[in-house]
Amino acid sequence: MTAVSVKGEVSSSPLGAPPSFAGKKYKMITENVNIFYGKICAAKNISMKFPEKSVTALIGPSGCGKTTFLRCLNRMHDMTAQARVEGKVMIDDIDLYDKSIDPIYHRRKVGMVFQKPNPFPTMSIYDNVTAGVRLNGIRDRKILDEIVEDSLKMSYLWDEVKNDLKKPAIELSGGQQQRLCIARALAIQPEVLLMDEPASALDPIATQKIEETITELKKDYCIIIVTHNMQQAIRCSDYTGFMYLGKLIEFGDTKQIFTQPKNELTSKYVQGQFG
Amino acid sequence: MSITVDNRRDKRAEYRAMFKANVRGRLWVDKIMVGVILTCALIAITPLMWILFELFVQGGQALSWEFLTQEPGAIGQGTIAIGPAIQGTLIIIGLSCIIGLPIGIMSGVYLSEFGGNWLATQIRFFLDVFMQFPSIVLGVFAFLAIVLVLGHFSLWAGAVALSLIMFPIVARSTEEALKMVPWSIREAGAALGLRKWIVTLRIIIPGAKKGILTGALLSISRVGGETAPLIMTVLGSSVFFQGLDSPMDALPLRIWRMSLLPYDDARLAGWGAALVLVLVILAIHVGVRYFFLNRDNGKGIIAKLLNGGKRN
Repeated sequence: MTAVSVKGEVSSSPLGAPPSFAGKKYKMITENVNIFYGKICAAKNISMKFPEKSVTALIGPSGCGKTTFLRCLNRMHDMTAQARVEGKVMIDDIDLYDKSIDPIYHRRKVGMVFQKPNPFPTMSIYDNVTAGVRLNGIRDRKILDEIVEDSLKMSYLWDEVKNDLKKPAIELSGGQQQRLCIARALAIQPEVLLMDEPASALDPIATQKIEETITELKKDYCIIIVTHNMQQAIRCSDYTGFMYLGKLIEFGDTKQIFTQPKNELTSKYVQGQFG
Repeated sequence: MSITVDNRRDKRAEYRAMFKANVRGRLWVDKIMVGVILTCALIAITPLMWILFELFVQGGQALSWEFLTQEPGAIGQGTIAIGPAIQGTLIIIGLSCIIGLPIGIMSGVYLSEFGGNWLATQIRFFLDVFMQFPSIVLGVFAFLAIVLVLGHFSLWAGAVALSLIMFPIVARSTEEALKMVPWSIREAGAALGLRKWIVTLRIIIPGAKKGILTGALLSISRVGGETAPLIMTVLGSSVFFQGLDSPMDALPLRIWRMSLLPYDDARLAGWGAALVLVLVILAIHVGVRYFFLNRDNGKGIIAKLLNGGKRN
């Protein structure tokens, strides 16, 4: 994004992407995305590019549309009757909102971790992790076992639960549940991972573990994380987008956003003057 | 006078003093209210306990192996028995479950998971009205639609009449039970790329299992005691099962018939039948809960079958 006016209006520059993106392969691209709840427009004209094998953080004050925008990246708004999405959301070369594609098939490429841990309450740890795979038709016990071990190791939960895989998932602590949900999202072998304030309900130790997980996962995935915690954005993201009142105000390298923001609003926000 | 920056401190002290002064009064009100609600609860269960007590005292005298397993003989001859009535009640409850539960549960799933539209609102309203229908009206309906058409009273007609009572109860309770499952669980399912029907069938319904079963059991209790629709449909009989096309006896019918007769042994049979009806319903409740709800600790027989004995 080259031209950003001081008023906070996003210019109509070709697709928002920081200069350092040059030469990178993009996993997801959004073009002029508008999201409406009824008549209210909660995300306005957002164009972003997300390179593969990187972490992009979305920051901004409450109600600025971060979560709303994140949820359009795997068509989660289909669940809400009043919500409507306009614009293009490309994953690789496929438009997720194209009427001729099967959205559910492509949703499997995009895993999601929610703000509050939401393990399936009737299922064991094992069944939770394998739910996406199992219920999509894979029943081979050997494959499932492999996926469980791999996913739980990636989410740093394996060592804590490897002997209790049959225990009900709701008996885990909050932080463990959240890492279980990460494992569950990874088990469907997504290519993109969306995280909606994954550590907001957790204590510092659990948060640290989740952040370690994110750093580790970055090697293979395109991760997009919404966070209220600016320290977290600094610690684990490569790129940061600042949103305000439904608009993308500035998008750039995390370091640049936090040290030399080009926009006045961004500058005020990252310095903690509002938000 | 309103609170301002200047007097805020004084006002606070004033309010605190007021709270303190009131403590004794509030403690008394608290005690009295606890007393009142406890009394109400006791008053409410008194008739229930009384009925149960009376049932065991009066009906208990009738109980014997012959009473439970034989066909009733001629009234006033000293042979009282309710074998066919027990059999009939079990068959009718079973048949109405076969008809009413699937329709009811599926309607409930529709209303909860797919019910954000105009049609669902109408269905919901219709079900609520339907639930309040006097049961005899449904009996008359089954009489007109089945008994008159086929030309004879039958078990089928009774089961249809009872399933009509059942399904709105089951539909609404299923809907409520499913709505108790948090929305975040549905989102989690969708985010895994699962289709809606799979999420509903494999995640949401198991999560609401307890509520759905409770609704089903309530409806079983409700129809188990229904008399009016049965008078119009299965008529009553004093012999064992003759086929689904034949009239049949049922416990509520037997209670009703016997209680009208001026003979001591008939009245005794009525009391006995009433006790047995209560015990049958109780047994169904306990049995169903045991089979279906002990899955977590792997005790349930159904659970063991479902898991093939591997997990849990």
